[in-house]
Amino acid sequence: MTALPGPTDAGLAASPVVIESPTARVDPRKGRGRRLAEVVVPPLALVAVIIGVWYFISYQVVERRFLLHPPHDVIQEGFLTWENLSDILDGLRYTTKVAAIGLAIAFALGIGIAVVMSQSKLVERAVFPLLVAVQATPILAMVPLIALWFDTKTTARVIVCVIISFFPIVLNSLFGLVSADAGLHDLMTLHHAGRWTRLRKLMLPAALPAVFAGLRISAGLSVIGAIVGDFFFGRGERGLGQLLKQYSSSTNTAELTLATVIVSSLLGITVFLTFGALQNLVIGKWHDSKSGGGR
Amino acid sequence: MSAEITDDGPLRVRAPGEALAFDHVGMTFPDGTHAVDEVTFGVGRGQFVTVVGPSGCGKSTLLKIASGLLEPTRGSVTIDRDRIGYVFQDPTLMPWRTVRGNVEVLAELHHLPRDERRRLAQHAIDLVGLNGFEDHYPKSLSGGMRMRCSLARTLTLRPPIMMFDEPFGAVDEITREHLNEETLRLFEQEGFAGLFITHSISEAVFMSTRVLVMSARPGRIVASFEVPFPYPRGSELRFDPDFAALSGEVSRTLRGRSPRKTMNERSEGMAAGRAPASRTPMGPGGAAPERQ
Repeated sequence: MTALPGPTDAGLAASPVVIESPTARVDPRKGRGRRLAEVVVPPLALVAVIIGVWYFISYQVVERRFLLHPPHDVIQEGFLTWENLSDILDGLRYTTKVAAIGLAIAFALGIGIAVVMSQSKLVERAVFPLLVAVQATPILAMVPLIALWFDTKTTARVIVCVIISFFPIVLNSLFGLVSADAGLHDLMTLHHAGRWTRLRKLMLPAALPAVFAGLRISAGLSVIGAIVGDFFFGRGERGLGQLLKQYSSSTNTAELTLATVIVSSLLGITVFLTFGALQNLVIGKWHDSKSGGGR
Repeated sequence: MSAEITDDGPLRVRAPGEALAFDHVGMTFPDGTHAVDEVTFGVGRGQFVTVVGPSGCGKSTLLKIASGLLEPTRGSVTIDRDRIGYVFQDPTLMPWRTVRGNVEVLAELHHLPRDERRRLAQHAIDLVGLNGFEDHYPKSLSGGMRMRCSLARTLTLRPPIMMFDEPFGAVDEITREHLNEETLRLFEQEGFAGLFITHSISEAVFMSTRVLVMSARPGRIVASFEVPFPYPRGSELRFDPDFAALSGEVSRTLRGRSPRKTMNERSEGMAAGRAPASRTPMGPGGAAPERQ
C-alpha cells in the first residue's frame, strides 16, 4: 500500500513495534527465579538511586522545601492521610473510567476505519489525509470547540481521550490488515474465497499482532487523554487532571501534586502491562512478540 | 464448489485422462516482460510432469496461469479449477492456526461440514506423517514439517491435479530428498496429475514421468524427456547409472543449447517422442500423455 506513511509522518505511533527493551531477552538456561530477579532488580535499583537523588536535592539543593518535598512527605500527605488519599482515589477511579470508555470507542472506531480502508484504495486515499490532519491538530485548539458542542462533563473528556488515542490503532491495524502473506491471499483466491471470508479468515487474524501493538500504545495515550481532558473541563466529577490543577495552584499542596503525578504514572504503567499481558494471552501461543509487531 | 468429496468418489476431469492442458500459452506482463511463450503440453491423471529451467525463466508464471492466478495474454488453458492442489514455494501456513487448523482451512473455504473437515484433515495429516503434531503451531515446527503441513493442507480436498512451485527449495538436502520420496508415495496413492516446478535436475528426473526443459526468458519448452523408471522409486534410484545418464542429458540440454535455435527441432522431437508409450505403471491416466 503506497499510502501508508513512513515513520516520520506519524510521530508517536509510527511503526507497530511493541516497546520492548532490546536487552530484555533472557537466557533460557537460568532458573525462573533468577530470570525474574534479572528483570526486576535493575529497574528497582534505578528507582532507589532516583529516590536517593530526590532526597539529596530536596535537602541540599533547593532553598525552599515546597519546591521539592522529600519522598516521605509525599507519602505521608498523599497516601497516609485519608482525606487526601480518598480524593486521589476518587480521581483515579473517574480518570480510569474515562480512559476505559475512550479506549473502547477508539478501538472500535480505529478497527472499523482500518477495515474499511483496507477494503478500498479509494477510501484509504480519501480518509488518510483527514486522519493525519486530526492527529496533527493540537488538542488545545479543539478544546473550545468540544466545550461549545458538547457538555463539559464526561462526554467532553471522553472525546478528548478518543482523539488522542485512536490514531495508533488505525495506523497499526491498517498496517496489519494489508500485511497478510501474499501466498495466503493466493490460497484464498485459488479457493474462491469472497471478500468477507478473506477478511475474517486471513486479514483480521494476520493483523492481530499489529493491532495489539497499536492497542498498547493507545492504552497509554488514553490515560493521558483522560487526564488532559479532565484538566480542561472543570464540570462534573473530578479526575486526576482536576486534582493536578487544584493542587498545583497552591504551594501548600505541592506534596499532593507529586502524589497525584505518581498515581497517574502508576495508572499508565498498569494499563501498559495489562495490555501486554492481554496480548500474550491472545496471541502469545502462536506469535513471537519479542520479534516486534510483524508476522 | 459443488464437487462432492468422498474417499473413492469420481474425480471430475474435463478431458478424459487429461487434467490440465496448455494450448499455445504466452504471457507478457504489463511492464513488457515477456515471461512465457508458445507453451503447449498436457498433464494426464497418473502423470507427473516436471518443468526445469533457469531461474526467472517463467516456470512459476506457468503455474500461476494454470491455476488461474494469472490470465495468459495468449493461448488458453484447459483445467477444472474447482479443486486445484497448489503447493507454494514456502509453506505459506497461517501462524495463528495449529497444524490441524491449517490443514482444515481449504475444507472450510469449500463449506464442508465440521465432521467432514475433521475427517479429511486427519486423513491428510496421517498421510504426511504429522500425526501427533495436530495441536502444534507452525512456529514450533521445523522447516520440513511445515512443508509437510502445507502438503497435507493441499491433499485434503483430494485434488485431481497437484501443482508444486519449487516447494522444497528452502529445506536442506536430506529433508528435500525425503520429501521427494514422500511426494511420490502420495502421488502413487492419490493418483493425481502432478505438475512440478524446480531448478534441480536430479529432483526433476527422480520425481517425474516426464521432464520438460524450459529456456530462459521468454520461457519456451525446448525439450521433453520421458523418464522410464518404474514406481515406486526409492532413494537407491539416485545412484542408478541410467538415472545419472538421463540427468546428464537433461543438464546438457538445459545449459548447452541456445533455446531459439533448438526450439523447432525440439518441438518436433517432442511430437515424435509420443511414439514410445510412457512406461509408467500408473494406470489408465498415464496412457494419454500428450495433447496436440
